[in-house]
Amino acid sequence: MRFLFKTHYNQDIDHLKHGGDRFWYGLLLVLAAAAPAALGTFYLGELNLVMIYAIAGVGLMLLVGYTGQVSLGHAAFLAIGAYTHSLLLGAGLPFLLSIVAAVLVSALVGAGVGWIALRMTGIYLAIATLAFAMLTEQTISRAEWLTGGFRGLAVPQASLFGMPLTQGWQHYYVTLTLLVVTLLAALNILRSSTGRAMVAIRDSEISAESVGINLAVYKTFAFALSAGITGLAGALFAHRLGYLSPDAFTFLISLQLLLMVVVGGVGSMRGVIYGALFIGFLPQLLAIARDTLPPQIAQAPGLEPGIFGLILVLVILFEPQGIFGRWLKIKSYFQLFPLYRRATHRRQKTYLRTERLR
Amino acid sequence: MSYLAVEDLSISFGGIRAVDDVSFDVEEGEVFAIIGPNGAGKTTLFNLVSGIYSPDGGSVRFAGRDITSLPAHRIAPLGLARTFQNIELFEHATVLQNLLIGRHVHRRSTALSHLLFLPAVRREELEHRRRVEDVIDLLELAHYREQRIANLPYGVRKVVEVGRALCLEPKLLLLDEPTSGLNPEESEDMGFWIEDINRDLGVTVVMVAHDMGLVSRVAGRVLALNEGRVIAEGSAAEVQKNPAVVDAYLGAD
Ligand SMILES: Nc1ncnc2c1ncn2[C@@H]1O[C@H](COP(=O)(O)OP(=O)(O)OP(=O)(O)O)[C@@H](O)[C@H]1O
Ligand SMILES: [Mg+2]
Repeated sequence: MRFLFKTHYNQDIDHLKHGGDRFWYGLLLVLAAAAPAALGTFYLGELNLVMIYAIAGVGLMLLVGYTGQVSLGHAAFLAIGAYTHSLLLGAGLPFLLSIVAAVLVSALVGAGVGWIALRMTGIYLAIATLAFAMLTEQTISRAEWLTGGFRGLAVPQASLFGMPLTQGWQHYYVTLTLLVVTLLAALNILRSSTGRAMVAIRDSEISAESVGINLAVYKTFAFALSAGITGLAGALFAHRLGYLSPDAFTFLISLQLLLMVVVGGVGSMRGVIYGALFIGFLPQLLAIARDTLPPQIAQAPGLEPGIFGLILVLVILFEPQGIFGRWLKIKSYFQLFPLYRRATHRRQKTYLRTERLR
Repeated sequence: MSYLAVEDLSISFGGIRAVDDVSFDVEEGEVFAIIGPNGAGKTTLFNLVSGIYSPDGGSVRFAGRDITSLPAHRIAPLGLARTFQNIELFEHATVLQNLLIGRHVHRRSTALSHLLFLPAVRREELEHRRRVEDVIDLLELAHYREQRIANLPYGVRKVVEVGRALCLEPKLLLLDEPTSGLNPEESEDMGFWIEDINRDLGVTVVMVAHDMGLVSRVAGRVLALNEGRVIAEGSAAEVQKNPAVVDAYLGAD
């Protein structure tokens, strides 16, 4: 086991807490930056997609994993980001400005949804956000004059600093940069009083109120932040799609985003990355599985959502901490070897909580 | 005018008047205890004072201000902190994070500056941390600093909750059964801490307690409730001898 001797409170505040962290994250960044040199177009594109998912995942994680507000409608924010970005780009706005505008519009809509859904929790909130996503999908398909409806909307080509973004590696670097920025911003929020207020709301609303946290303000803020970040992912996703239509943002996408957060590990930003890798490469796994399954099953409609749902349920039942939690357990197994006991990670008894106040 | 002035406070749930025309005054700097059998309305009274419930009638004034209709999150910044009978901590966060959350009312920076974590935010965080460490020292929580609440035994959680309330730097502290569920040594410690908090930190304390030993040791004045009504008020010895109080406890047991 390693012991960290801390000599200053700053060490608890810093993102990278010791030399080991700095080394591994530095290495990861170097590898990520070098990827275009090593990977072919296909895999680079897939990695780009994984990072776009990861950005959306950071947004959803802040809401679900840290504020405790579930959303089954985040595909809508992805769509709002994608359409806003494409339309503004088409209207001649520069790439970066258009991205910022997409983030702001998504955040604004998110604030509205959060504000309306203030009194809802759990399953009711899930249903409300789902309804919102369906409404958004409908609106997009009906507003043909703006979005082209089901005929679709071609995503204009972007250019950055006068350089047209045509190559896969260019998009890859844009996404990588924005992912790093998003992660840093999210981690910054989490290490300050705003993030702690979110965690407080997740764990006990009544206590949060009693220490002076305005539930309405922070819930609305969490929704706005989450939607804004997901909108950013949407803007990048638009370039990946090349052509927008409402059926690119269905319930399946919302479910996938939620799956990413839950499978990765609720309440951990590293979990988002694991989750994004998981759902990024899941379709490939499913495709392989399809070939080996009997055709009656493999061709069955609704197989994908069924499998997503099944994985979601299994993870919640058997590994509620997700991949990240599993990783922590494996790590401590090796650190404590041979002293690891099965009960090491079992939760202590939960004590009665003030149910009268709910 | 008293520091905390509760006047004719009432609230009903369905048909039950859980708190029925309750009035009492707490002076600045005292330790005031509220006793009464189960279901007497003690917790409900705390919920009314701290703004979790809004009353059907009556008023609450704190430090010269009418707080009757203020929501809980606007009352806390005025210097009123509380604990819960059944412990309401942030379960999946560490002790340190729980205590830092208790500093919420002292935040000075905006969410936008948090996104960027500007130098001023770091300075503020360091300041919060120093204040939190003072509380950790006072309540001897150093050993548990990095542990998650979910992994802590009951007795420690009870102390962490008091610690979180202290992090607000309150002027008035409401403790709902601070020693319930604690073993004798833990109860004894809690008694000392309540005295320290009152004497050294100058915090006015109102506490609900069943433990008459604790009450007579730390509380100057005692209020007895039964079925939502005040049945006695006075020193611990007086209240304990009061026939209405004896009746209420015998009737309830
Ligand atoms: N939210 C609520 N809804 C309905 N009834 C409530 C609610 N809160 C309290 N009551 C009722 O009000 C009465 C007083 O309850 P309260 O919790 O204040 O008692 P208490 O004096 O704190 O008792 P204890 O010693 O058991 O903690 C009880 O009859 C209780 O059932
Ligand atoms: Mg009670």
